[in-house]
Amino acid sequence: MAEETTPPTSAEPAASKPAVPARPAAAAGGAKPTAAAKPAGHAAPKGPPLATLTPELAQLQQQFGESVIAPAPYVGVLVNDLGKLREVMTYVRDQLGFDMLANATAVDYIKEGYIEVVYHPQRSKGGEPITLKVRVPRGNDPVAPTEVAVPSLVPVYAGAEFQEREIYDMFGVRFEGHPDLRRILTWEGFYGWPLRKDWREPYYEGDTKPFESRWPGGHHQLAEERVPWQDNVNYPPGFDPLNFQANPDAGLYDSMLGGVPGVEVEPNGQAQRSPQPKGVGASVPVLDRNYNNLADDEELQTDQIIVNMGPQHPSTHGVLRMVVKLDGETVTDLKLVLGYLHRNHEKIGERNTWLHNIPYTDRLDYICGIANELGYVITVEKMMGIKPTERAEYLRVIMTELTRIESHFWAIGFLLNDLGAFYTPALYFITERDLILDLFESVTGSRLMCNYMRFGGVSRDLTEDQIMRARELAFERIPRKIDELEQLLTDNEIIKARTIGVGYLPAERSINYSLTGPCLRAAGVPYDIRRVDPYSIYDRFDFDIPVFYGADVYDRYRVRVAEMRQSLRIVQQALNQLDQTKPGDIQAGKKAYNHRVPAGQAYGRVETPKGELGFYLVSDGGQNAYRYHVRSSSFINLNSLKEMTVGQKVADAVVILGSLDIVLGEVDR
Amino acid sequence: MGLLGTGILKGLGVTLRHFIDTYAEDLKYILNKSGVQQPRPLRRQSPKARGLVTVEYPRERLPLPENFRYVPFLVYDTEKQDDKCTSCGICAKVCPPQCIWIVRTEDPVTKRPVPQPKEFYIDTTICMNCGYCAEFCPFDAIKMDHDYELSYYPHQEPHARLVQDKAELTKPDTYHASIHPTDWHRELEDRAAEEAKKKAAAEAKAKADAAKAAGGSAAPGAAGAKPATPAAAATTSKPAPPKAEDKPADAAGEASDQ
Amino acid sequence: MAELTNANMPEELQNDPRVPDDLKNNVFITSLDKIYNWGRKRSVWPMLFGLACCAIEMIATAASRHDLSRFGWELMRASPRQADLMIVSGTVTKKMIPQIVRLYNQMPEPRYVIAMGACATAGGPFKEGYNVVSGVDKFIPVDVYITGCPPRPEALLHSFIKLQEKIEKQSLRNVPWYRKGEEDVIPVPVLGPDLVDPRRAQEIKGKAEQIAEGQPAA
Repeated sequence: MAEETTPPTSAEPAASKPAVPARPAAAAGGAKPTAAAKPAGHAAPKGPPLATLTPELAQLQQQFGESVIAPAPYVGVLVNDLGKLREVMTYVRDQLGFDMLANATAVDYIKEGYIEVVYHPQRSKGGEPITLKVRVPRGNDPVAPTEVAVPSLVPVYAGAEFQEREIYDMFGVRFEGHPDLRRILTWEGFYGWPLRKDWREPYYEGDTKPFESRWPGGHHQLAEERVPWQDNVNYPPGFDPLNFQANPDAGLYDSMLGGVPGVEVEPNGQAQRSPQPKGVGASVPVLDRNYNNLADDEELQTDQIIVNMGPQHPSTHGVLRMVVKLDGETVTDLKLVLGYLHRNHEKIGERNTWLHNIPYTDRLDYICGIANELGYVITVEKMMGIKPTERAEYLRVIMTELTRIESHFWAIGFLLNDLGAFYTPALYFITERDLILDLFESVTGSRLMCNYMRFGGVSRDLTEDQIMRARELAFERIPRKIDELEQLLTDNEIIKARTIGVGYLPAERSINYSLTGPCLRAAGVPYDIRRVDPYSIYDRFDFDIPVFYGADVYDRYRVRVAEMRQSLRIVQQALNQLDQTKPGDIQAGKKAYNHRVPAGQAYGRVETPKGELGFYLVSDGGQNAYRYHVRSSSFINLNSLKEMTVGQKVADAVVILGSLDIVLGEVDR
Repeated sequence: MGLLGTGILKGLGVTLRHFIDTYAEDLKYILNKSGVQQPRPLRRQSPKARGLVTVEYPRERLPLPENFRYVPFLVYDTEKQDDKCTSCGICAKVCPPQCIWIVRTEDPVTKRPVPQPKEFYIDTTICMNCGYCAEFCPFDAIKMDHDYELSYYPHQEPHARLVQDKAELTKPDTYHASIHPTDWHRELEDRAAEEAKKKAAAEAKAKADAAKAAGGSAAPGAAGAKPATPAAAATTSKPAPPKAEDKPADAAGEASDQ
Repeated sequence: MAELTNANMPEELQNDPRVPDDLKNNVFITSLDKIYNWGRKRSVWPMLFGLACCAIEMIATAASRHDLSRFGWELMRASPRQADLMIVSGTVTKKMIPQIVRLYNQMPEPRYVIAMGACATAGGPFKEGYNVVSGVDKFIPVDVYITGCPPRPEALLHSFIKLQEKIEKQSLRNVPWYRKGEEDVIPVPVLGPDLVDPRRAQEIKGKAEQIAEGQPAA
């Protein structure tokens, strides 16, 4: 539906030349003129010839002819021959240079009867991503995955692995040739495909907020009292809890123990399940098979054991579960189990109004809430075509960069915790972080969940006192403390011995894994969205993108320290230039709560302390998002953990994980 | 690259400095060398502070910034002896997790809505303290509280305590003024400007709209209301203020948890 | 043992709203209890166990500014076997609750649970989510609830003080962990098509059959 009604003004700008300094807000208005020329017709009309759009797409058209089309209005290239998808993507990667899969997600167009899988490949050299799509019929079976399978892109982009698993988990789209297609955020055996539009959560109250029951006749009722099961659960009709099989981990252990690499696990995990005792009361045996035969295939007859680290483990940075296979102390295989903090951000985000989502984005990556908000609001502003005021832009930059400093303090402190420097560095840096949080609290009202950004502005201005405090922090306190941090850690021989050469992942592999953020820059790739695809007013500031070439834990640490210094430079410049703006002028237009966003779709991204945070939003013109997808950097960075860790010692596994600096709220969403 | 071990020694120097700082600062404080004497929590948390940073809660507390937000409360206008809330429902609409429930009062005779909430619930177990309700309320009737000491035993029936009704939520505007002085000042100015405008308008067409002007001043800020506001029905038949409830809104505003 | 006189609860405590109702008539304040509780309340070791956003504030509480150790709650232990207190700091998801119940079962008595923040109390802003348990108290008993999203570190400290008050009220005579008999073990929930609470398996079966037959489940 969004496809047909999309006005061309809100169409996503397609691939432009690399390092185009176009600003997102401006780019939203200036969509491709060719797109405007085509009127919206009936279902999936053929759009403009690709040759007229960009040279890259012209090449694509030339190579693949009718297999790639652009439905009008132009919102991306549709690969209408599923069999050719992998070929097209390989061409896009190798010939066109889009070597990094920024984002992959899906949208359920229930009225049209298909699920659209959306890919955003981008160049590690910079520039905006291009959009490619495929469509598969969705089917109406609540349990079965789609009949038609999409060819998996894992052989082309290794970074697609978790993203495809997520699409499978949320939409039931099958991916052919995926090495390990199991549910990722929910568990094996979960009933239904949560992000399909006809799937309803147990406490379902309405498709969109605000709910009718709240006003004017809002007699309070607990959600528990409204649903038959009382709890937040839903079972298939006739479900028998006394007599069913449950072993969500069977597929996982099978793939690690019995599994030959490359063997496909059945999509629903049924085929390879081990025999189970029945019923709820029975304990679930974890490793009930093959245990003694493990070492048989190995040359060295050492015991291979499987160790579960997490979800409750002091060094997994939250509720992450790492399942490592060990040969002695060496890691020979690693699998991640995610979803222990899957809070259904996207499903709730599609019920929410546009404004409701801002405080929820705070809770994505709860270390750096303000940076997430910025990503969301600039994407919505791009779709609405509004622009924040000057002062608001400066305030946004100041707060976001302070967030980056605060987040890196945290990351470094806890990386040292993982190394065994128990608490001293972490305590020193939490003290400094608290001072930044004090500023956040006095401005926004909360230490972590700032809820600061608004569409077209920010919620509060800085007072004179607060500016003074920010200046004290940015010009005196924090520079001093970063020096102290370096003195404390950088030359420390133990840290060097533990980190140099650990967790090595070369640049090409990092790019192929869609690694972003400080980890990618530690591998020598100067990829920072603030520079390669500037947003907000970052093009006005003088700052460097620190790059190191070691691609190991030590250089990830050094990149973070260097980035804190660069962020300070930005904050200092912004504070100096803040006087030139008008105090109090923090909101463009009238402050509203019932925004309507023109129908269309957009992919917006920002550089958060963790990497690239993207929002893929689809609007049908209403008060709510039709599709709200978060491209989370922590989640996609985890793709590469296995390759970094295998071959290293198990004690280093936690350090490598720490160097990725993940936050589970963003990983699981 | 220096001698092996110099890096560690450098690091130990930092920890040693931190160790000495903890005493040096206290010594300075005792000898009163620093001149200005701030309260200890403030001094310890200023960007210039060195040494100890611990704030010894509950004996001493960090001052809360005015913008600080915790759970919302309803403002009761002590001057007019009335709720400020007109039950327009905007807070319920902007609430992201939808934790606000409002029952609008209806006139028993005409069945038309009266600008006053009959029931008002906030489910604090859902509330995300985002502050939208206070930010978008056109009547300054709902504000974010500063009281964060909200812990409950299960014996106190958590859901009865945590889902707060109108009586528990209502606090006098004197309390609001004490925790949000700047905001309160702005409100007073707004109100004065509003009154002046009203007065001028009333004088201009005194005869025709005399009755209406009186009704309007009863609900300050009603001029800026959204169309949804049932301000039209603001007649003389106002229900009793919430004092009729068994829990009176005490002046100190301490919704004590004990 | 002479001190263990059956002195009834003082009048002021009987009327103290802080004393839970079910303790009012059978609490014996004795000198031995005082010593016992004095030691216990100042040596509670929380489990190092964070779930979500609130865990960040929990770490901030343990850090220098607020310094949990001032209360004698010295160390955060990563093993449930060494911990006395579980701070459920964040959103409890259906995927995580089996582990939480298992951890709770592994904690030795006396054990306490603080539900920190709105999510742990009743689901919080994510309550409507399909993978979110609406309150950890649906599965394990909670001693203190804290409101807030997230609670400030001071709010967490306040809940510690409340918990200390609660510990003070307990008496050697009737604390559950010296009673004879089987220990209460909470059955671990199972991840089926949705989260299955084994304690309610029969009920679920009945309702699921009713729904399958087209009758509305009461």
